[in-house]
Amino acid sequence: MDASQIIFFLSAALILVSALFVVTARNLVHAALWLIATLFGVAVLYVLLEAGFLAVVQVVVYIGAIAILFIFAVMLTRRDLLSQSSQTNANWPVALGVSALSLAAIAFIARGFGFSLDRPLAPVPTDSLERLGQALVSPQQFVLPFEVASVLLVAALVGAVYVAMNKK
Amino acid sequence: MNFWTDPIKVIYDWLMITLTGWGMSGWLADVLINLLGIIVLITAAMVLDILLVWVERKVVARFQDRLGPNRVGPFGLFQPFPDIIKLIIKEDITPAGADKVVFNLAPILSLASVIFLWAVIPLAANVYGVDLNVALLYLVAAGAIGTLSIIMAGWASNNKYALLGAYRMVAVMISYEIPMIVALLIPTLLAGTMSMKGITLAQQDGLWFVVLSPLGMLLFLVAAIAELGRAPFDLSEGESEIVSGFHIEYSGMKFGLFYAGELLHAFTFGAFVGILFFGGWNWPLPWGDKYPLIGIFNVLAKGMFFYWVIMWVKYTVPRLRIDHMLAFNWKFLTPLAFALLIVTAVVHAIFKDLPLWAYGLAMFLSNILLGWAVLEILRSNARQERAAEETPAPAAQH
Amino acid sequence: MQNPWVYLGLFLLVGIIIPIVPIAFSALIAPRKPNPIKQSTYECGIETVGESWVQFKAQYYVFALVFLIFDVETVFLFPWALALNAQNPAVLPAFIAIEGVIFILILVAGLVYTWRKGLLEWA
Repeated sequence: MDASQIIFFLSAALILVSALFVVTARNLVHAALWLIATLFGVAVLYVLLEAGFLAVVQVVVYIGAIAILFIFAVMLTRRDLLSQSSQTNANWPVALGVSALSLAAIAFIARGFGFSLDRPLAPVPTDSLERLGQALVSPQQFVLPFEVASVLLVAALVGAVYVAMNKK
Repeated sequence: MNFWTDPIKVIYDWLMITLTGWGMSGWLADVLINLLGIIVLITAAMVLDILLVWVERKVVARFQDRLGPNRVGPFGLFQPFPDIIKLIIKEDITPAGADKVVFNLAPILSLASVIFLWAVIPLAANVYGVDLNVALLYLVAAGAIGTLSIIMAGWASNNKYALLGAYRMVAVMISYEIPMIVALLIPTLLAGTMSMKGITLAQQDGLWFVVLSPLGMLLFLVAAIAELGRAPFDLSEGESEIVSGFHIEYSGMKFGLFYAGELLHAFTFGAFVGILFFGGWNWPLPWGDKYPLIGIFNVLAKGMFFYWVIMWVKYTVPRLRIDHMLAFNWKFLTPLAFALLIVTAVVHAIFKDLPLWAYGLAMFLSNILLGWAVLEILRSNARQERAAEETPAPAAQH
Repeated sequence: MQNPWVYLGLFLLVGIIIPIVPIAFSALIAPRKPNPIKQSTYECGIETVGESWVQFKAQYYVFALVFLIFDVETVFLFPWALALNAQNPAVLPAFIAIEGVIFILILVAGLVYTWRKGLLEWA
């Protein structure tokens, strides 16, 4: 077992344990903080995959924006933050079924990969970031998805604005 | 290669030979030496932080026509040490209803988020923690940890003032992150890399980015001041209304960590302005690129200068109200940032293969033109607002 | 060290530990004499009324939402900015610049919409 495997097991353990705390924490802000630990663990996994850009983006977007949004939502929508509400509602059997199905689907897909430790690592080009940029702008590749991403995000913004206006 | 041209490599090699000579395996020695280097770098940053306490107090005193600390040591230079001793031996009070774990974690994360930034600062051509190819986004990511620490502090204190201060501070920090990221995109675009070392080298070979994009520099400085939560953007503290905001319940060393973090953060962003827009290790002393000690001096001197500029703004401009603050960002700074990015990208793409003087002139003039257009728009807006204010006034007299 | 991320991992670890040192030191030598008055919530000497974890203005949430959208958008712009300077670009740099400009303009349209709908006003 080499160092990267140890780091992988540590971060996987961090992800699983903190994910468990996310669903079991009684205090909603604690749940959000545990979620941040989970997301940080995912960033470490990206580093192990030599995707440094994605790791940093994971921290910037998920911890810097989405987690903060969650905490704001929790703090601003609940009248009483200490309320120890029940952690489940009447739909829990359905949720259990859906989760079990997703797990089965992931297991089914993963079975086909044939994981092996002997497989050689794909070389990561040193200018991978620049290549990503090239791929995003070249017409043969992803320029249309690149522009559509902007439209999609603006659509999300318009939706958020609409919801926020109705609330007011 | 000798000590004066590449000190880190010389020390590294010497330690490597010594440690492996003791029978230590190569990779363990490598990790240990790097660990030592990290501890030295962070300790140096902390020592600098202690000095900054004195600088801050002395400079604010001069701005306010006072003397400042002048009793302990020459020019009061040793004043920070009694300050620290006082903070350490002070009783640490945790309010009864506080969430203890989060309450204790917040100041640690607050200072740590600033220390993290020092990993990517290129102090000289071959003296730096790590040359990350995503250094500029890493800077934003470290800022995200800082934002998190503030919301944790505000929430865990179980205090209405603290919570309100944290809300305000976080609203300001996340809002101003947009112009900040766009301002970081400009050096990325000009240098074609996100590594801080690469950006400095691009300025060493070409023109300083402050010449190519003076508006970008101003944008970064303003966004950085907001990100730091310093006046005029310090409404999170607002001592007259919410008594220092998110760190109201902190005392002793935990308060000290917030304070130390704030000062070091300001200095670090000053250094970033120097590195990203003013050529990093290249000026004012010559040969900064050849002799690292001169380079380190240059970077720190620029950091200190922009730290002083940030202080100058802090002690000159009055505090803004939260609505003005957010309006200033979303209705002025963000549109301006995107306009600047568009202009920079187009002009850069068209002129980048021309001779340096033509390219530099085109970039500089486009910036000036954009700045002038913005000022005209602001002026006409102000004229309209004044007219709207003045017209109903005579009617009211009847 | 060969891999910059290993170095960064070590740096983050030390960076977390160093701020703990003064707190731990202070916890060892500072006095600790808690009493109910000392530990009460500080509100300038006035008794705290009701719960401290109360709901504040919901508009902070709106700004966080708008911020989130822009944050995601800017992440796309970093690879674009790098592509603009590539040694052998797939298309002319001017075209790359224009692609980015279209992306930014769509984004600015979203900002204008939010502005026109009055969501940026602090009501």
